[in-house]
Amino acid sequence: MDELLEILNDINPDVDYETNEHLVDDEILTSFELVMLVTQIRDVFDVSVPSEAIVPENFNSAQAIMRLIGRLQEDE
Amino acid sequence: MSLVSYEFLAFFAVAAVLYYIVPKRFQWILLLAVSFLFYAGGGVVYLLYPLITAVSTWFLALRIGKADSAAQAYIQEQKPDKEQKKAYQARIRKRKMRLMMAGILLNFGILAVLKYTNFLLGNLSVLFSPEDGAVRQISWVLPLGISYYTFQTMGYLIDVFRGRYKPERNLFRFMLFVTYFPQMISGPISCFDQLRKELFEEHSFDGTKITFGLWRILWGFFKKLVIADRLASAVAMITVSPDTYDGIYVLIGMLGYTLQLYADFSGCMDIVIGVSQCFGIRLPENFQRPFGAKNLSEFWRRWHMTLTGWFREYIFFPVSTSRFCKTVSRLAGKLGMKKGSKKLPVYIANLLVWLVTGIWHGASWNFILWGLANGIVMMVSQEFTGLYRSFHRRFPKTDGKAYGVFEKVRTGLLFAVLLMFQYYPFGTVFVMLGNLFMTGRPSQLFDGRLAGLGLTAADFIVLAVGLILVLLIGILQETGSVRLKLAEKPLVVRYTAIFLLFVMVLVAGCYGHGYDASQFIYNQF
Repeated sequence: MDELLEILNDINPDVDYETNEHLVDDEILTSFELVMLVTQIRDVFDVSVPSEAIVPENFNSAQAIMRLIGRLQEDE
Repeated sequence: MSLVSYEFLAFFAVAAVLYYIVPKRFQWILLLAVSFLFYAGGGVVYLLYPLITAVSTWFLALRIGKADSAAQAYIQEQKPDKEQKKAYQARIRKRKMRLMMAGILLNFGILAVLKYTNFLLGNLSVLFSPEDGAVRQISWVLPLGISYYTFQTMGYLIDVFRGRYKPERNLFRFMLFVTYFPQMISGPISCFDQLRKELFEEHSFDGTKITFGLWRILWGFFKKLVIADRLASAVAMITVSPDTYDGIYVLIGMLGYTLQLYADFSGCMDIVIGVSQCFGIRLPENFQRPFGAKNLSEFWRRWHMTLTGWFREYIFFPVSTSRFCKTVSRLAGKLGMKKGSKKLPVYIANLLVWLVTGIWHGASWNFILWGLANGIVMMVSQEFTGLYRSFHRRFPKTDGKAYGVFEKVRTGLLFAVLLMFQYYPFGTVFVMLGNLFMTGRPSQLFDGRLAGLGLTAADFIVLAVGLILVLLIGILQETGSVRLKLAEKPLVVRYTAIFLLFVMVLVAGCYGHGYDASQFIYNQF
């Protein structure tokens, strides 16, 4: 989780990622930032996020993103 | 048949009456018949193209669905180990990919040939025989709304490929999804998953929905006939004659075209969504007060939302996560461009999306350059994001209301400036911007050229009242549906407001007199 929070803070440091659960719905993370996040997830966690997985449910909170990473790691 | 014609109103009225007379289970069949009639109104041959798209996509999606079912059955029955399962799934994915690509190539191929052959021929002719000058053009029968229904249908095919939902088995139901008449010509571009619930549900007569639908249609007529068509000829005069209309008129042309485009397209959407609401069918919104956006990216999330959503879902995300972008990003990382490697996939996909957006809007270099200009501005804005954020952290007072208004005005102006690429040749955009800043003076408004635009004092008053009304409705919308608010008012207030709007459309609407009320700007796309 710490690694993910570091990535998120690098993208936009003005957000409390531990409590916010509407990162995509409230447009806190833009589509540009989502893709930057996906690129860094690939580099840090060594998993590829397919484009069809870039949906609000998977990116609305840091917990949801961690769950997605976990699922993708299991699949690979 | 134009949406703002008596023929359309009569056609819609008859369709709506029949819709609530026939047994509910036949409502969708009636809509299909009516949609075919509407489309074939311009010539039966026009119907051929959407039917080719509908049948080919329906068939290929079914084949993709079959491949998915076979894969599931294989995994359940044979219980393969992890490696075998992976290999089998890869094989099935390849087969599905071939089917999807066949559909995409065929249908985007038809769109490309019909819409862009003449543009290509024109460019080739300039390239290979510049002295000749004569460009051979092919006269195609360009079906109305081809860009809209092709994108909507290909969205369905990609969704089925991704396993987002199962394919539609009934060809005729699928045909209604492709040809549903209110939205076929100008969108909104709907997702099958959402629209099928609306189209195939049985709808009882609902007085409130119909009243709300009719109010929305009236509001659309107001925007189109009172504002957009009133501005049309004056804006056209300014934008096609940069030599005559320079100085302050560059700004007037810019703002006029922006307002005309908004009133025209959002008015069209009001009519389309209102007509659908009368059938009990809810279509997605295409506008969400775009002039309330604080930056260009947000503006585009509020303007023509279903098209930008389509590009985000089916081009931006897939391209930015593609193998090509990964390779480029890794290469940049190895070359020591740590920050650049994170951003390269975003920027490559962004430029591609805006190139396609430009091409989608029209087969000309103007639209291509307009698209790319939007993409470049967004990339530059992204580069400055960190700076903006630290500025606001350092000066927290800049997050106040006044700064918010400044941001909205700045974004609206930026959108208007970029629209200049649509109507001026590339070089002229910069010349005219320079001309505006160097020579533009308010006194030029009284040098006779304004009177030459063909707008009377009454026209200016009507435009001012109309635009203030649009602004007020926009502000009211921020706190919820305006129609719901109106419905809560006493009967007298409610119907006085509607009556006044109706009278304004009747009295102040532009019917003929040199205006072409038959064509919405976005119909041509």
